Amino acid sequence: MDFNFFIGLIAATFRVATPLIYGTLGELFCERAGILNLGIEGTMFIGSFVGFAVADATGSLWLGVLAAVVSGMVGGLIMSLFAVRLGVNQHVSGLGTTLLLTGLSLFLFRVVYGIQRIQPAIKPFQLLSPFGELPVLGPIFQQYALTYIAILLIPLAWWVLYRTNFGLSIRSVGENPEAADAAGINVYRVRTIALMIGGGLMAVGGAFLSIGQLGSFTFGIIAGRGWVCIALIIFANWMPARVLWGALLFGLIEALQLRLQTTGLKLPYEAFLALPYIVTVAALAIAGRNATGPAAVLKPYKRE
Amino acid sequence: MLKFRIERAPSPVWMRPLLPLLAVLITFVITSVFILLAKANPLTAYYYYLTSPFTNRVSMIEILVKATPLILTGASVTIAFASGYWNIGAEGQLYAGALAAAWIGTEVGGWHPLLAILAMLLGGFLAGMIWASIPALLKVKLAVDEVVTTLLLNSVIVFIISALLNGPWRDPVSGWPQSPTIADSAVFPKLIPRSRLHLGFVVAVMMVLLIWFILSKTPLGLRMRASGLGQEAARFMGVNIQRTMLIAALLSGGIAGLAGVGEVAGIHFHLIDALSNGLGYTGIIAATLGGLNPFGAGLAAIFLGLLDTGAQSVSRSLGVPIFLGNVVQSTLLLVTLGVFMLQNYRIRRV
Repeated sequence: MDFNFFIGLIAATFRVATPLIYGTLGELFCERAGILNLGIEGTMFIGSFVGFAVADATGSLWLGVLAAVVSGMVGGLIMSLFAVRLGVNQHVSGLGTTLLLTGLSLFLFRVVYGIQRIQPAIKPFQLLSPFGELPVLGPIFQQYALTYIAILLIPLAWWVLYRTNFGLSIRSVGENPEAADAAGINVYRVRTIALMIGGGLMAVGGAFLSIGQLGSFTFGIIAGRGWVCIALIIFANWMPARVLWGALLFGLIEALQLRLQTTGLKLPYEAFLALPYIVTVAALAIAGRNATGPAAVLKPYKRE
Repeated sequence: MLKFRIERAPSPVWMRPLLPLLAVLITFVITSVFILLAKANPLTAYYYYLTSPFTNRVSMIEILVKATPLILTGASVTIAFASGYWNIGAEGQLYAGALAAAWIGTEVGGWHPLLAILAMLLGGFLAGMIWASIPALLKVKLAVDEVVTTLLLNSVIVFIISALLNGPWRDPVSGWPQSPTIADSAVFPKLIPRSRLHLGFVVAVMMVLLIWFILSKTPLGLRMRASGLGQEAARFMGVNIQRTMLIAALLSGGIAGLAGVGEVAGIHFHLIDALSNGLGYTGIIAATLGGLNPFGAGLAAIFLGLLDTGAQSVSRSLGVPIFLGNVVQSTLLLVTLGVFMLQNYRIRRV
C-alpha cells in the first residue's frame, strides 16, 4: 500500500459518494418538508433508466441528465399525490412509488430495447481534469462534472433551506404544518414542490451511475443505494453540511471494499457493503430517542 | 338544478365492497397506456391476462404456487400493520427463514420426513422471529423508529446470505453461488402430483386462520387492534403498547420466515440470493389491498398470484414485457390506497 493507493482511494471515494450525495440531498428536501420518501430507490432507478435512454436516443449526455431530472420530478409528483394530497400513510405510498417506478423502468427498458444479447451501451461522461498537471494530488481532482456539481449543491441546499423564504416554508411545514398553515403557508403546495425538487435530485444520482460511470443501464444498477441514502439522512442528522461527510464516509467504505477485493484480502466484501446499514442501525440505537428528524415526518396533514 | 358537494363523512356502506373493484378497473385503465406503448391491444392483453391462467391445469395451479409466499408475507404484514407496528422487513425476515431452512434442510438427511419438515418450519419461524426481534426490541426499548431499521436490515441479511453463498456455502458440486441441495426428507410434499404446489400452501392457509383467530377472537388481538387504531387511546385503556407491539412484531417475523422456508423446501431446494426478489414488499401490497384483514390479504395474495401468472402468458403470447406484472401490481397498490381514502367522503345533494 503505497502513496498512490491512497490518492486513488480518495479519488474513488468522491466518485462513489456522488450518487449518495444527490440521493441524500433529495431525501433531505422531502423529509425537511415532513415526508419520508421511500420512493427514493425507485426514483433513482427511473432516473438512471430515463437518463440512459434519452442520452442514447439524442446522443447528448446532458439532455439525458435533464430528462432524468424531469422523470424524478414526476416521481415526486406521484408520491405527493398520495402522501400529500390524499394523506395516505407515507411508508406504503413510498414503497408503492418505488415499486411502480422500478416496474415502469424495467417495462419501458424492454419496450425500447427488447431482449438483446449485448447490453446496449453509450459513451459515458469523461473525467474532468482541471488540475491534471498538478503533481501527486492531480488525480484527486480527476472527477466527473456531476461530482463537482454534487459538491456545489450542498452549500446551495443549505442556502435554500436556511436563507430563503421558501426554505423557511419547507422547514415549517416539516416541523409544524398546523402553525405553518395558520401563518398562511400552503402546506400541500410546499410539500409537493419539496417532493419534486427531491425527486429531481435523486434521479440525477441514478443517472450519474448509468450515463456517468457505466455507460449502460443494468437491472441491478441502484442496488439499494436509495436505502443507503435513507440511512445517511439520519446519520447526517438532517443537516446539509453533514450529508457531505456522511456520503464521503460511506463512499470511502465502498471504495476501500472495491480495492481490497483485488488485493485478495480474506474478508468477505459483503461485510463492507453491509457496514453502512449496520452503522446506521447502531447509530439509531445509541441516539435512541434523540435521533428525531423533523417533527411532522410520517404524519399526513389534513386541513380542517 | 341539482347541486352536489363533497363532504368528509363515511361513505355509504353499500359502496365499500365496490371499492376494490373500482380500484382494479382504474388500474386497468391506467396501465392500458403502457400496453399501448408495447404495441399491443389493451383489451386483448387484459383478456389474456385474466383468462389464460384459467385455460389449463398447470397455470391454474401455478396461481396458487405464486400466491403461497405472498399469502404468508401478506399475513405477516397484516398482523404487524394492524397492531400499529410498521414492519417493512418481511423481505429480510423471509430471507432469515430461508437461511435457516437451507441449513436445517441439509442436516436432516436420515430423519423421518415428518420430523425433518417440522424442524425446518420451526427453525424458519424462529429465524424470522430473531431477525425481526432486532428492530422490534430497538422500537420498544429505545423508541427507535421501526420503518427505517426494518428496511435497512433487509439489505443486511441479503449481504449475509451472499457472503455465505460466495464463501463456505458455495455449492461444492456446481460451484454456483447457491447452498447445497437440501436432503430428500426435507423436501415439502406436493399437494397435487406433477405440479409445483407444495405443503407451504397449507401452512399459509393455516397462518391466515391463526392470525384471524388471534386478531378477532383473543384478548391479545383486541389489544393489538387497539394499539393499531390509536396508541394514545389504547394506553388509556390500559394496554401495554410495548408488549403488544413486540408480540405482533415477533409473530410477523416468524410468519414471514415461513414464507422463506416454503420457497426453499418447496420450490428451489437450495438457497440463492435472488430467492425472494421482493416477495416481502409484495406482501405489503397484499396486506394493503386486503384492508389489513387476514382473509382479505389472503384473497389479495391469490389475486396478485393471478397477476403474476397472467403477466407470463401475456408476455409469451403478445410479446408485452413480463414486467407488466410489476407495473400492474404497484399501480393497483397506489390506486387502492387512493380509493380507500374515498371511504371517508360522501357526495351529497345540496
